[in-house]
Amino acid sequence: MSTVTIEAAQTRIPERTTEPTSVEDAPPGSFVVTLIIRRYIPEIDDEPRWQDFDVRVLPTDRVLDALHKIKWEQDGSLTFRRSCAHGICGSDAMRINGRNRLACKTLIKDLDPSQPIYVEAIKGLPLEKDLVVDMEPFYESYKQIQPFLIANSTPPAGRERVQNPVARERFDDTTKCILCAACTSSCPVFWTDGQYFGPAAIVNAHRFIFDDRDEGAQVRLDILNDKEGVWRCRTTFNCSEACPRGIEITKAIKEVKQAILTGKP
Amino acid sequence: MSLKSTQLPTPTPSKSRTLGPTSLLAGRFSLPKRPAGTVYRGREGMWSWVLHRITGVAIFFFLLVHILDTALVRVSPEAYNAVVATYKNPIMGLGELALVAAIGFHALNGLRIILIDFWSVGARYHRLMFWIAMVLWGVLMLGFAPRHLMHVFGGA
Repeated sequence: MSTVTIEAAQTRIPERTTEPTSVEDAPPGSFVVTLIIRRYIPEIDDEPRWQDFDVRVLPTDRVLDALHKIKWEQDGSLTFRRSCAHGICGSDAMRINGRNRLACKTLIKDLDPSQPIYVEAIKGLPLEKDLVVDMEPFYESYKQIQPFLIANSTPPAGRERVQNPVARERFDDTTKCILCAACTSSCPVFWTDGQYFGPAAIVNAHRFIFDDRDEGAQVRLDILNDKEGVWRCRTTFNCSEACPRGIEITKAIKEVKQAILTGKP
Repeated sequence: MSLKSTQLPTPTPSKSRTLGPTSLLAGRFSLPKRPAGTVYRGREGMWSWVLHRITGVAIFFFLLVHILDTALVRVSPEAYNAVVATYKNPIMGLGELALVAAIGFHALNGLRIILIDFWSVGARYHRLMFWIAMVLWGVLMLGFAPRHLMHVFGGA
């Protein structure tokens, strides 16, 4: 990159201008909120640092909208994941005001806009850059519990495997998981050494253990009977409170514990 | 100084360049000084677990001492009496109050944890059960603390 382009870029992007140039430009009902973001750019930072941004937002904007405004209008180097931006893909789990939330499901008006909004990456997974963490250890635990239908029998000829509504209801709650890692990275046990399977893996094991079409329950119960399995759950309920889909995660973990104790789902 | 991607130099692996927070008073609010991040804001579940762990470790160390001094009675009753007599001072009296508080919390919260794991709807009512345990704990301490402190500070 030549010096000329740097200077050109600098003149295009003024320093910390978040206020619209005239009052008429400001949308009615909008106000300025401060976001304090934990930044880390591995090429230049030895350790993470905090940086503040003032953004003009509407009460009905989401934290993700504020992050977008910062990235698009103030500092293009701000790095975060998001994909669908509508609470389905589970890319933008982050710690907002000290709690794991999806940035795309957290409205500014539900926070206290007179106070700064603290945004950090989720905890317990290796920090890669700004709000982006390495999700690989998280997915590894997920893979280990074999999150797919295990069935040795063949379905009746010309038909699917039928299931009655009551049997479907048994594991309905745990089918909602979007693998955003908000639960696993809110768990104090997971923070200690990252060896615990974590709430998300157990939730997805629960989804198959209690599915009466599946025949691999015992395999998964044996995997989760490991010393890093369900018995490390200390029922802190951080996962249940962090889950953007409202899954009763601690309850699901307790049901897997009981299935191991009784030897049957 | 704020940092923009357009100003970034070619990444250099050397650690010669260090950047702290932009400025501790960059805008309208002061920035946190902890690069490690803020404390996770858990609710009743997380903090009851923290207290359960702290009281548990404290009770363990009490039991260690308690078993040792009680075992002294097998060595000689006089030695036992001498050791127990050293406990009779206001500082140990306050320690006893803390011990009863810790055991009371650990016991009641322990019952709550058992209910979470073994009562079918326990996980749903964990927060309510925490506050019930806290009220019970408060009632027990209200009954114990004045009487105990009268013994400690009011003379025999």
